[in-house]
Amino acid sequence: MAYSVDAKALPVVRDFNLSLLPGESHGLVGESGCGKSTVALAIMQWLGRQGRITSGQLLFKGRDLCLLSGEELRRTRGAQVAMIYQEPMASLNPTMRIGEQLTEVPRYNEGLSRPAARARAVAMLNRVQLADTLRIMEAYPHQLSGGQQQRIVIAMALLSNPSLLLLDEPTTALDVTVEAGIVDLIGSLSAEYGMSMLYISHNLALLRTICQRITVMYAGQVVETAETAALFADPHHPYTRQLLAAMPQPTVHKHAQPLRAIPGQPPAPDARPRGCAFGPRCGYFMAGRCDATDVPLQVESGGHETRCLRAGEIAWQISPPELNDGPTRTPGATALKLHSLTKSYGAVSANERVSFDVRAGETVALVGESGSGKSTVARILMGLTQATSGSAALGAVELAQLPVGRRPAATIRALQMIFQNPFDTLNPSHTIGAQIARVIRKFKIERDKARIDARVQELLAQVQLPAEIASRHPQQLSGGQKQRVAIARAFAGHPQLVVADEPVSSLDVSVQATVVALLMDIQRESGTTLLFISHDLALVRQLADRVIVMYQGKVIEQGTVEEVFAPPYHPYTEALLAAIPIADPRVTRRRVRPSVEAPSASSPPAGCRFSSRCAYRIRGTCEVQEPPVREFAPGHRIACHLPARELSEMQPIFEVIRP
Amino acid sequence: MSTVLRTQGMVARALVRPGRWATLLVLLVWVPLIAYVMFRSALGGAASDVLLPAVPAVVGLYALGLARCRGSWVASVGLTLVCFWFLIAVAVPYLPLTDPDKPIAALALPGTTKHGVHFILGSDARGRDMLSRTLWGCQRVLVWGITATAAAYAVGVVLGLLGGYLGSWCDDVVSFIGNLLLSFPVMVLFILILNLLGQSGFNIVIAVTSSSAPMIMRIVRGLTLEAKNRDYIHAAQTRGEHPLWVMGVELLPNVRGPLIVDACLRLGYTTVAITTLTFLGLGLQPPDPDWGLMIKEGATAALLWKYSYLITIPALSVSSLILGFNMIADGMRELSGRS
Amino acid sequence: MRGLIARRLTQMLLIMLAASVLLFAIFDTDQFRRKVAVAELGGFGVATLSEQDYQHWLARNGFERPFLTRYGMWLARLTHGELGESLEKDVPVATLLRESIAHTAILGFFVFLFMIPLALVLGLLAGVNEGSLLDRGISFVSVLTTSTPQIATAVLLTVALALGLNWVPAKSAMLEGWSFRELVLPLLTLLIYEVGYLARMTRAATLEVMAAPYVRTAVLKGLPWSRVVSRHVLRNALIVPVTLVCQELNGLLSQIVVVEVFFQYAGFGRMLFDAASFGDIQVLQAATLVAVLVAVLSQFLSDVAYVALNPRVQF
Repeated sequence: MAYSVDAKALPVVRDFNLSLLPGESHGLVGESGCGKSTVALAIMQWLGRQGRITSGQLLFKGRDLCLLSGEELRRTRGAQVAMIYQEPMASLNPTMRIGEQLTEVPRYNEGLSRPAARARAVAMLNRVQLADTLRIMEAYPHQLSGGQQQRIVIAMALLSNPSLLLLDEPTTALDVTVEAGIVDLIGSLSAEYGMSMLYISHNLALLRTICQRITVMYAGQVVETAETAALFADPHHPYTRQLLAAMPQPTVHKHAQPLRAIPGQPPAPDARPRGCAFGPRCGYFMAGRCDATDVPLQVESGGHETRCLRAGEIAWQISPPELNDGPTRTPGATALKLHSLTKSYGAVSANERVSFDVRAGETVALVGESGSGKSTVARILMGLTQATSGSAALGAVELAQLPVGRRPAATIRALQMIFQNPFDTLNPSHTIGAQIARVIRKFKIERDKARIDARVQELLAQVQLPAEIASRHPQQLSGGQKQRVAIARAFAGHPQLVVADEPVSSLDVSVQATVVALLMDIQRESGTTLLFISHDLALVRQLADRVIVMYQGKVIEQGTVEEVFAPPYHPYTEALLAAIPIADPRVTRRRVRPSVEAPSASSPPAGCRFSSRCAYRIRGTCEVQEPPVREFAPGHRIACHLPARELSEMQPIFEVIRP
Repeated sequence: MSTVLRTQGMVARALVRPGRWATLLVLLVWVPLIAYVMFRSALGGAASDVLLPAVPAVVGLYALGLARCRGSWVASVGLTLVCFWFLIAVAVPYLPLTDPDKPIAALALPGTTKHGVHFILGSDARGRDMLSRTLWGCQRVLVWGITATAAAYAVGVVLGLLGGYLGSWCDDVVSFIGNLLLSFPVMVLFILILNLLGQSGFNIVIAVTSSSAPMIMRIVRGLTLEAKNRDYIHAAQTRGEHPLWVMGVELLPNVRGPLIVDACLRLGYTTVAITTLTFLGLGLQPPDPDWGLMIKEGATAALLWKYSYLITIPALSVSSLILGFNMIADGMRELSGRS
Repeated sequence: MRGLIARRLTQMLLIMLAASVLLFAIFDTDQFRRKVAVAELGGFGVATLSEQDYQHWLARNGFERPFLTRYGMWLARLTHGELGESLEKDVPVATLLRESIAHTAILGFFVFLFMIPLALVLGLLAGVNEGSLLDRGISFVSVLTTSTPQIATAVLLTVALALGLNWVPAKSAMLEGWSFRELVLPLLTLLIYEVGYLARMTRAATLEVMAAPYVRTAVLKGLPWSRVVSRHVLRNALIVPVTLVCQELNGLLSQIVVVEVFFQYAGFGRMLFDAASFGDIQVLQAATLVAVLVAVLSQFLSDVAYVALNPRVQF
């Protein structure tokens, strides 16, 4: 199958060429707005009323898909090409039982009878590793978890025995451990069924394990195509290189190899620069050459294609790691102390006996997947909700049950937060400057208008935003810029402790690095303590001093970042680490997979919460008894029934192969 | 209940910011109109001068509105209809019209001349000029319509914000009162209130507020509940801002958009209500000209084809006004959907 | 599900109770009392009622007893079906109610009979074929019909069909016994507005569903378009319109008052209006209670329907 396509009057995708052999898994990677989803929808001929393929061909098994009649297209969609979508919950009909949605496929495409279709559906559910198939067949989509829903979407796609499978970011909306399981499943299915796959993702590292060839897209164009191994070992295009450098790696210490940010952001479809689209952000840009004319795709040996005029001549320097200038502060006295903090909603507990310390000037990472309770801890600290029992002391002030409305002004000023969603974090009706100024005025830092404005400008400069942004409204800013304003706003009052709740999770990889770097800089300069909440362990490796791992409301491991990333591991930490996709070809990763789905939070097991998924489970003990907390080093604690010796003898997850 | 939210015309997220000029112009139109209609006796001789500044203000508003509605022909046509009637309402004292209350010649057909007066739209059963009555009639409808809607909004928005933001018992009380009022069919409520309090413009305002405010309150409450969980509200709360500040400064500007679309629709409903009430004899009193009254008088007079102009003219007038409001609302929804 | 119904029922009862207290309080005010006094004692109006006669009448009828006692007695009388007598027509209120409700029920039945299929089909067609000529036509007509107040529609229809073309009589007082021809004008007036409104809402709901990802999934699964519409779109698009139909009982009642008065149809609405103008308190009380009951019931039905149709809310 081969095609080249231009789509939409606003050129979203330009000069796109791709060839897919039978049985090949091909990855398509790019950031938001690069047009990769458009490619998939174009193949399916579902571009909506505004989208159009303006030129080129889409050849599937020799026939151009754009020229098919309505009936032929329907039959192709039913039996030849299938698609898996990003949001599984939205992609399933909420008023129709799963069984009926599944059996529709063989019934209408192959004319199977109802019982035969049903049998096929049940078999497929087993194949995608879903147990309890009878219950699932009768269930409605909202009664299942995200991972289960996505497996059903996969089952639905496979029921039509397609020759080509399109996967549009199938795991983006899922937790890391669930994601790893689904990626494995897709890998095994492609091997078994022998179909071609086009796997679209924004995560380059994820594609390394399942795809044989990878295409990198930027601003609607292909910038590089190569065999997977070749791409990771020796990328030819500056964008690919910089993308790899901007991705946090879990094997690297934060001071040894810091994240390199790509400055700027991807251009909008109607504002693409002349010549190379990546030019303005490229470190190897040469004025006069790179912005003169459109850059063609150059084919090199081994099927490695690159869209760069300077590909062959750039000497990729391996620059020495930038050492952090500025003092690395030694952590001071305990700034925040949580002891046995519990928050329950009736029978369901969001947090159970959470205890940890945070010392002044430290960066502490609170890590966990959805349902771990980490956001609840943040909300309790900020006073947006109150704990049911336990204590959280900021210095002398007890916060756990003190709503923010009743806190002394000094405490409110000392404790500020950066929120997750950049689109909601700023009030759309006020200008940027007004919002930062409000903080300064509320906390009585300055009163004089001129001084306030000066301080606003100072803060904006600190987060590397231009001064005119102060008079703009949030809608005119990008996601990354909004988060930077959020950082400026949080630090405007000289807080003592800043809680950052997944501040970069909604941003593109290249933008993430910038924002994280800024955050770390500001924190270092002002000596603020930072509580960084995240689900991204790789990112945490780069910026945290200490790590606290949470699962279903409980703290299951805590320690310094080196201690947590090396054995002894709590089995859940082990699974989390094993789920991180690795981009560095010199690193191998051991395989650990917990069993498929977590039980519902409303009926948790009496003992260890992780016991139902744990591979090391001791029957009769782990489900029933609370695991003891073992201390392996001062400050490194693991809550597990396994004997200390067995934990210490665990193999490390990551091994760096010295070349 | 979410059904109710969706029921309220699927209110769209209109990103409409009424500028400062627009607000000023609106006031320049509304205040003189109110003064003229409600306090004419107090003003005496100066009455006709009061409306002078309102005339250019309406033209100004029309120009501003047209610029804003550029993308949607529906909104533009609607705006034209509405501004036409507004212009008539403010300019009618300066137009060369016969006295609307003076009986001249009964049941003159449109286009005929009787007693030396040319009746372009005919005359009614009592001999009064139809054209004059129609044009004068729109004043009262507009003034009381806008006042009643504004009052309903004031009450509804405040209660909705309080109930939605403060939650717990405040929400329970506000919702219960709202549900209670909504469980009376609108006409029944009007009949009760107007019989209880007597018939006057102010009582109509009270009646309309009682029936509309609960609906507005539900919409605002729904919008507030949704906006309450936005992070910028949390940011304000963690700054220690007072709840009144959060409601007024952080929340209110962001619920304005859908409310403006609803306001246009509601102006339409209120106009219907006022006209219907006058028709039923429960509204504003004769002899002042009013469309509902004209329909009532015409419907009880001779019901013949050749006299049908008596009821057709006011019916078409009121329909065109409401159509204008509805088209503006639809057009704005369309515009916001596109942006 | 059962829990929800129970909760809704208790809420309904609470509201009915509160409404009855409110109504009783309204009718207990001086204005209404005087009206009743005048009607009972005979006389020319409230203004001519002498203060002495009024006080005597108050004492005779036990008005010096506390509010709650009187309310309780009133409530007890009501639940026993004693609704009193009409002052104007000299018949028991119950008889009057029965007759007028029957007439209005017939009108209402036909309205719903035509409105539901017509509106739903039009709305669905418009939504599924968004942007087409059919859609634009239906949308335009709905905006037009929902912008005209009932009296205006009534006027225009009367002029066109009765006065101009002489197809139907202009008034529906049914003086020569029951005739379907006389029902046409009020029926059409109500239908025109209702169908326009419901069709618009259905269209909006359909548009929303058509844009949903699961419809995309259904199409890309290779299902025939007829199956996509009938099984995937319909079921989801009709959730809101069906609940709206239940709620429309409430809105319809208001419109029926206007239409019946205009066309002189002897139904519930006209009875209510006449009672209010005349000051026939007993009738008015009973009528308003029935109206509130219908409104509350319609809201209740609508909530139950929403839960029944939407699996996401049930579980």
